[in-house]
Amino acid sequence: MEYTDTQVKELQEKARKIRRLIVQMLAKAGSGHPGGSLSSADLIAALYFAVLRHNPKEPLWPGRDRFHMSKGHCCPLWYAVLAESGYFTLDKLQTLRQMGSVLQGHPDRRVPGVEVASGSLGQGLSVGLGMSLAAKLDHKSYRVYVLMGDGEIQEGNIWEAAMALSHYKCDNLCGILDHNGFQIDGRTQDIMNLEPLVAKWQAFGWHTIEIDGHNIRQILSAYNEAENTKGSPSIIIAHTVKGKGVSFMENVVDFHGRAPTQEEARQALKELES
Amino acid sequence: MSEKLYQRDVYGKTLAELGKKNKDIVVLDADLSGSTRTVLFAREFPERFFNFGIAEQNMMAAASGIASCGKTVFVSTFAMFATGRAWDQVRNTVSYNNLDVKIVASHAGITVGPDGSSHQALEDVALMRVIPNMNIIVPCDGPQAREAIIAAAETGGPFYIRLGRPKVETIENKGEFKFGKAQVLRKGKDVSIIACGVMVEAALRASDSLCARGIEAGVINIHTIKPLDVQAVLEAARLSRGIVVCEEHTVIGGLASGVDEIVAENFPVKVMRVGIKNRFGQSGEPDELLREYGLTSDDIEKAALNSLT
Repeated sequence: MEYTDTQVKELQEKARKIRRLIVQMLAKAGSGHPGGSLSSADLIAALYFAVLRHNPKEPLWPGRDRFHMSKGHCCPLWYAVLAESGYFTLDKLQTLRQMGSVLQGHPDRRVPGVEVASGSLGQGLSVGLGMSLAAKLDHKSYRVYVLMGDGEIQEGNIWEAAMALSHYKCDNLCGILDHNGFQIDGRTQDIMNLEPLVAKWQAFGWHTIEIDGHNIRQILSAYNEAENTKGSPSIIIAHTVKGKGVSFMENVVDFHGRAPTQEEARQALKELES
Repeated sequence: MSEKLYQRDVYGKTLAELGKKNKDIVVLDADLSGSTRTVLFAREFPERFFNFGIAEQNMMAAASGIASCGKTVFVSTFAMFATGRAWDQVRNTVSYNNLDVKIVASHAGITVGPDGSSHQALEDVALMRVIPNMNIIVPCDGPQAREAIIAAAETGGPFYIRLGRPKVETIENKGEFKFGKAQVLRKGKDVSIIACGVMVEAALRASDSLCARGIEAGVINIHTIKPLDVQAVLEAARLSRGIVVCEEHTVIGGLASGVDEIVAENFPVKVMRVGIKNRFGQSGEPDELLREYGLTSDDIEKAALNSLT
């Protein structure tokens, strides 16, 4: 599938808008996780606005592709793309993490567009496996996308799922690994080394696609390659920058789980102006 | 003597039967399908059966994924692994999402026997009882296992159904099975013995013996641990001078705790607990272990007498 320069530009602009929404809602909430939300913003914006077959006016449309955010703490990103897609109104984003809001600190099934809750790391690839098996059982052609963090794959459950997805030849599932190289306590290579990362997934029988996770053309082509790969699940190993788009958040581990102050948010939004 | 059945055989047969009627039933197992008897479903409907290998956490979270697509998913392994190994997945993916995942675990309790402590789940009911949305049934015999499975299939939301390893005697004249409703097998104004699972049969024998000594001992089978039949417990508390709760499970957090909570808040009477007293299990034959851990009809009788002092 070919995308024109205009389409790519539009997606870049969408991603920038999503980043602004993330910063705004986190600053309002006063807590939450900007780093990983920003690092996977291009991957998920491209998915929702160019790839995913879905109908925001009918969230439970049976033919919909499934998306599951296994790294649930990056839900500000999910909520932003859902609102921007039209699942609910943008003003709702301002209720993030507030008492009584469906926009919980980690994704909840009451949010239109959220299929299954997440938050406890390492379980989402299994949830995606279940969706993939259900699609096969019903002879449905929908695809399943699961976003994981790189720190998250230190969980053993991920590898149980990786083995099973390969065993059941779940080529309708595409894993997306936001490889920003950081986790709460520091660099992944220092906390618990993931390397050789690509070889690990390949050893589990996966088709691997390594890309620059901020390059829209590479992202789109990776989704396309995954869809055309038959007989095994695919994983997009996306090299990203934690906190991408806001200079003082980039590669700063503190912003894994700290919301920007009002002043920081003002500065960040200035940087994210087009 | 009435017939003896394996609850898990009944489970496998019931599943296969339900599978014929309901095409949306999917069954998962973690390399124990021969023991849990899900193999009986797998043989009939291989396309709707998935073996996850020895990976219970993956199985439980995948069950949520399948259920989120509109299926009714039965998940089986030993009670130890279903509730212990995969507790986080049960809490966060199954129960929090309130999905149609029915966990039917076999090999619960001390009667697992020679395999010993690592395979004897004595805390499983407690682990499941603390999770919101979770429904729990501990059937007392083979036919009741069937009724429990059907109830779980027909009722929305997550279930935990606890089955044993050895054959259990069928208890006659229990009356109708209704999910959430206790079965009063006998009424007793002196003492009420509340039991679940294999302890119901022992409770009936204890009651016979107590009645022979002139003590009127009622027996109530509380198969549904959650939601607990509050009315039945309160009626027993009001009717009897003492209550004995019997379960093949730790006395902490299971049926006894449920009864204690209701009685303490509403109508305090003395409650004695016959169960495993804060200990791990060990190898042995089921009847040897039941004696060692104080789970015989004699133990129930003693507890009943104590409840009256």
